[in-house]
Amino acid sequence: MKYMLMFAGSEEYFARFRAFPEEAQKAAVARVDQWSRENMDAGRLLEGHRLQPTSTATTVRLQHGQDGTPNGKALVTDGPFIDAKERIGGYVIIDVPDLDAAIAMAKSWPAGGTVEIRPLADL
Amino acid sequence: MQEAVIEAMEHWPRDGVPERPDAWLAAVARRKALDRIRRDVNYREKLAAIEAQPVAGYVEADDRLRLMFVCCHPALSREVQVALTLRAVVGLTTAEIARALLSSEAAIAQRIVRAKHKIVQAGIPFRLPDESELVERLDHLLAVIYLLFNEGYLTTGGPEPARRDLADDAEWLAALLTRLLPTEPEPLGLLALIRLHLARSAARFDADGNLVLFEDQDRSLWDREAIAAAIKLLERASSFGRPGSYQVQAAITALYAEAPSWPETDWTQALLLYELLVSLDGSPVARLNRAIALERVAGADEALDAVDALRDELAGYHLFHATRGRLLEQLGRTDEAADAYRAALPLTSNPAERALLERRLSTRAPRTRSAAGPAVKGRSSKSRSRRARST
Repeated sequence: MKYMLMFAGSEEYFARFRAFPEEAQKAAVARVDQWSRENMDAGRLLEGHRLQPTSTATTVRLQHGQDGTPNGKALVTDGPFIDAKERIGGYVIIDVPDLDAAIAMAKSWPAGGTVEIRPLADL
Repeated sequence: MQEAVIEAMEHWPRDGVPERPDAWLAAVARRKALDRIRRDVNYREKLAAIEAQPVAGYVEADDRLRLMFVCCHPALSREVQVALTLRAVVGLTTAEIARALLSSEAAIAQRIVRAKHKIVQAGIPFRLPDESELVERLDHLLAVIYLLFNEGYLTTGGPEPARRDLADDAEWLAALLTRLLPTEPEPLGLLALIRLHLARSAARFDADGNLVLFEDQDRSLWDREAIAAAIKLLERASSFGRPGSYQVQAAITALYAEAPSWPETDWTQALLLYELLVSLDGSPVARLNRAIALERVAGADEALDAVDALRDELAGYHLFHATRGRLLEQLGRTDEAADAYRAALPLTSNPAERALLERRLSTRAPRTRSAAGPAVKGRSSKSRSRRARST
């Protein structure tokens, strides 16, 4: 089954990372690289990215007509679409046998924080 | 794989006949027969007779255990785990579950439907946990069983203060688990704990249905044979040399049960066991219950300090205020004690607990230390766990 793992953290989580000395930041990035390589080689990791901070986010809110379909108008605003305590810092798409395997992968994520697991559905 | 679980969950309680000849569905059918019998008059005897039959082979046992692990998967909410376990493992119908959990049939049905969707769509597997995750996953099973027991033993809703049906279901599940996982000590610890509580059933309520605190119970009404048997179970559990929270709770309950009288309890030993419990399960409720023994060993002043330190975490828990009330009473601070009892009242919905608090409020008088017992008492260890595990 395919799942998306969304890696999130609180403001403090990201601040703590930024406050790391350069060496420690490099080491943390190296651990994530290694995790990605290992899971890629094992065929579990299909793709993934780190995301730029939410300060770079833009939200496009489509407007809907009477029938519920978009009416061509949209509201474009600065910032992420939800004001959550935790922000998404990256994601990966994985292919594993079941939820337990996905949970095991999430638990092995070397950067800490919070991981949300969502099964993928067909578009 | 997931679909097989859903299919079974779906069909057997309704049809009573397994659709497929798999061994585990046969197990379910046997359980169904058991379920009919258990509603009969001689429930306990017949239950014991059927339980004494050996589990019909490795595959059946294995699959039933797998089913329990699916129902209690951590990706499902605790209330869903409870409903699914009652449905798929105990074999109750939706209507019976609704009655047992004091909910509506529609709400339970919806809860189960949502759970099935999640099992299929999120890919919750029908398999036994790896050895590395067994203890953690087992904890969910034990928590669900103990929650069912507590709900039956001292219900949080409805007019009845206790419902033996649910408590007996929990005992059955705990016993089943000890047979399915014979090399794990915590199921034995839980079963011993449940049986130690059940052994005191006859003394827990007086003729008028009032809750009687552990310290005030008529010990001649206790089932000594059952207590001795439960302690044997606990000894078997401790022979594994892997202490856990349920074993320690059972040990504390056994300590109380074995004492000739409440004041003659070995309080130093009790305090040691509570310390061990706090180290295994650092929940604030475990620390609250430690105050029971601390009061006996070090005095009410020190116990009150320990309890007051938990205010931030436990202000919404009725036994926090009830415990403070008892300690304040012993220190002669009766007005403050009354305030504490008043704070406890709106926080519990159990009729017997409410009545007890009201009695304390109406009869409160300054007590001398020698006449007064310590704080929460008796069923404290179970309440501890209920709260500790439900968070």
